[in-house]
Amino acid sequence: MNTPLRRLATVVLAMFVVLMAGTTWVQYVQADSLNNDPRNVRTLYREFGNARGPILVAGEAVASSAPVDDAFGYQRSYTGGDLWSTVTGYYSVVNGRSELELAANDALTGRGDQLFFTRARDLLTGRRPEGAAVETTLLPAAQQAARDGLGGQEGAVVAIEPSTGKILALVSTPGFDPNTLATHDTAAAGAAFSELDAAEGNPLRSNATRETYPPGSTFKLVTAAAALESGAYTPQTPLPAPVTLDLPQTTSTIGNFGGGGCGADPITLADALRVSCNTTFAQLGMDLGDDALRTQAERFGFNDPSLTIPMEVDASVFPEDLDAPTTAGSAIGQRDVRATPLQMAMVSAAIANGGQLMKPYVVQTVRSADLHTVDETEPELLSTAVSPGTAAALRDMMVGVVADGSGTAAQIPGVQVAGKTGTAQTGDDEAPHAWFTAFAPADAPRVAVAVIVEHGGSAGNEATGGRVAAPIAKSVIQAVLGS
Amino acid sequence: MATVQPHPVRAGRGVELGLLLLALALSIAGYALVGLGTEGRVPADVLGYGAGLTALAVAMHLVLRWRAPFADPVILPVAVALNGIGLAMIYRIDIAYEAREKAAGFAERQLGWTAISVVLAALVLVLLRDHRTLRRYTYTAMVVALVLVALPLVPVIGQQINGARIWVRVGGVGMQPAEFAKIVLAVFFAGYLVTHRDTLALAGPKVLGLQLPRLRDLGPILIVWAVSLAVLVLERDLGTSLLLFGLFVAMLYIATERLSWIVIGMALFVGGAAMAATAFPHVGARFDVWLHPFDQEIFDRSPGGSGQLVRGLFGLANGGLFGTGWGSGRPDLVPFAESDFIVASLGEELGLTGLLALLLCYTILTERGLRTAIGVRDGFGKLLAGGLAFVVAFQTFVVVGGVTRIIPLTGLTTPFLAYGGSSLLANWVIVALLLRISDEARRPAPVVRAVPTPEIGTPVTAGTRSPAAGTPAVPSPGDDQPTQRIGGLS
Repeated sequence: MNTPLRRLATVVLAMFVVLMAGTTWVQYVQADSLNNDPRNVRTLYREFGNARGPILVAGEAVASSAPVDDAFGYQRSYTGGDLWSTVTGYYSVVNGRSELELAANDALTGRGDQLFFTRARDLLTGRRPEGAAVETTLLPAAQQAARDGLGGQEGAVVAIEPSTGKILALVSTPGFDPNTLATHDTAAAGAAFSELDAAEGNPLRSNATRETYPPGSTFKLVTAAAALESGAYTPQTPLPAPVTLDLPQTTSTIGNFGGGGCGADPITLADALRVSCNTTFAQLGMDLGDDALRTQAERFGFNDPSLTIPMEVDASVFPEDLDAPTTAGSAIGQRDVRATPLQMAMVSAAIANGGQLMKPYVVQTVRSADLHTVDETEPELLSTAVSPGTAAALRDMMVGVVADGSGTAAQIPGVQVAGKTGTAQTGDDEAPHAWFTAFAPADAPRVAVAVIVEHGGSAGNEATGGRVAAPIAKSVIQAVLGS
Repeated sequence: MATVQPHPVRAGRGVELGLLLLALALSIAGYALVGLGTEGRVPADVLGYGAGLTALAVAMHLVLRWRAPFADPVILPVAVALNGIGLAMIYRIDIAYEAREKAAGFAERQLGWTAISVVLAALVLVLLRDHRTLRRYTYTAMVVALVLVALPLVPVIGQQINGARIWVRVGGVGMQPAEFAKIVLAVFFAGYLVTHRDTLALAGPKVLGLQLPRLRDLGPILIVWAVSLAVLVLERDLGTSLLLFGLFVAMLYIATERLSWIVIGMALFVGGAAMAATAFPHVGARFDVWLHPFDQEIFDRSPGGSGQLVRGLFGLANGGLFGTGWGSGRPDLVPFAESDFIVASLGEELGLTGLLALLLCYTILTERGLRTAIGVRDGFGKLLAGGLAFVVAFQTFVVVGGVTRIIPLTGLTTPFLAYGGSSLLANWVIVALLLRISDEARRPAPVVRAVPTPEIGTPVTAGTRSPAAGTPAVPSPGDDQPTQRIGGLS
């Protein structure tokens, strides 16, 4: 019986070799992909075990971690309630993370490449690893003004410094209190998430960057830019301005807001923008063609899914292959055109900056735990949207809108404001979205802003961009200029 | 057959003591490191704990010196090391459970079971002076095995836990009878096969080049096998079913030396498994989990989802090459971290390095057992030692293979490491039996007896121990003693 016993011993040895190979496979070969599986909560636990870096606004922490005596080790907490939630996002044991907590995670956990030396030093000196601090570009006064302006209305505000692309304010309402999600009581965190996820107005999603809307008349800035860039038009070019415009190939028509005329027919391009004349811009769009409009829109940043600030941003859309009637509708920001509030702020910012569109960003610096700057965002040119001449012409036209047009509610004593209103039909029977985008001071711009109040907000069907959105933009501009 | 040739044999008790101290050092260091890793200080009771563990191990060592001086010196230290590391891990998981306010206290109970198990193993060595005594109870063993396997099906005392009806609970004390069934079944198989091995191997029709046994020789074995499998299907315990089946095939192969048994066995099992997978949803689910554990749908499914397996894999991956260190991982994130998935817990905190070391311990333990089987001179001892050693190896393979996704997951405990009284008791009894048989195997044969004499049937060891020890005075027909002796000469 020894022969089969010896063979059995070989089989047993082989079984153990197989086990060793299998273990090696899991613990060495597959380890990386297993560690990165989104269902692997260990990654989160490991992060909780280290001090996560704070998120700073003007030197004050709006999100920070403090040691607590439980299984996770550190508790994330947020100050200011929902004031900063659009930027910080949340960091939760149960539901992961969002916005800056997600986008800047490597820096906050101290795992980022730029923190390699800090990490290596911590390892050598036995220091407990700490995450880096992320300092944002936000301006507290502007953020507060935007949040107050929106109040209980659903909508968003984005303010950008035109010369750099720094985001000064980023607000989406309704917001949420990230503390309810950051609690280590998993049942409470789960319940809070379910409630927010199901709540009216999607508080967990940023309207400013993750929601696209019909931009309405604010898109006329793009159409006007395309016209000026074509070389065939100047602000003084007379254009037809009928009460209603028959659309080719269809029985439908485009009319003006309120159903009347635009004050003159023909009307100059500058006056058409000033009073936001639909029929003029619809005809202009058809004359320019959808390709010219799309090219101009893309130079302002439309159709670019790669933009991050560093949070991900939904691409604004100007679609392909439009026929004449859809081109006409799109030229006045209806039909198939979709834009995020961030996108419309970028349009104003580019015009304000002489046509140079700077890449918007919200992270100014990353500092290691010993306050050593490890990363600083340098302003970066995203594209040249229009020539300086076109930018200047558009600026003057926008000044007219605020001085003597549909945007007079944004006037600020002693400051020349350039703006454009928008009242976007939403297709259904709901009230239109109220838009306003602007920059100021017109001759030396320090801030460009875009505001949307969904479905007219508290003004309902009576809402126009000039009436509802412009005052919010005004208070944000004042907050920036007053600082 | 080098072992029957006369040469000086070192009893090896000194070596054993040295290895024991190493095993104890590992166990106690593990315990102390858990305290350091979790609370930053050595547990207050480390001295008492170490003293208790040392007392148990040294007592067992002394019993060996007294009752089995030639026993294999490696088996006991390996068992102590595995048991001690398991205890440290269970203690560590207790701390994690307590932090999360989950039911804990496994370590204390496991320590109690360890003490009881070692005492029982010592008793086996003291009371069982010659393993061949067990051969008298061949058919008793068969009946006991059947009763044990059927016990969980008895109403009132039988309990279904986590889908498998493998528990018996009487007055607050629960046990898994299948753990003991494997030992008594090994006794039965060894006793039966050693008597019938020639007829099983040689008589019977030849079909397609395979030597098939005669049905009447096969009868009792088939009955045991069929009944145990039938009951196991009713109990939904795939692990034990696989284990007993593996034991059965391996012992049949050792006895008959016929490869046909392996072929028939594999065919039967693959067929049975395929049928079970289609007929029983819970078996089919295990295959789904094995093949596609990362599918979200299968991951989320409850019951029968891959959540536990995948979390175990996450734990192993977190350990990586060198592990997180005692007390620094999160083994408690895996369900049943202290029992079914203790391999994942150990893999997380001790890393690939630690897990490979543990697997090497098992390799050494089982190969030592098989070495004992090769060395011992009587057929019954060979079969029993071979069967017991194999069952430990196979159980380890099924558990570790399941956790690392080499084979589908079945519910079995990792010998010595996992929390569980029945498992610990049964495995320590196996160790005691292997030690007892290895004493016989390594005991030097008297020089005069090393040359075969005409009285061929006389047991070779008759001169070395008292006849009262239970050695059959006259081998029954079909015993393998003559064959073995002739085989040894060739």
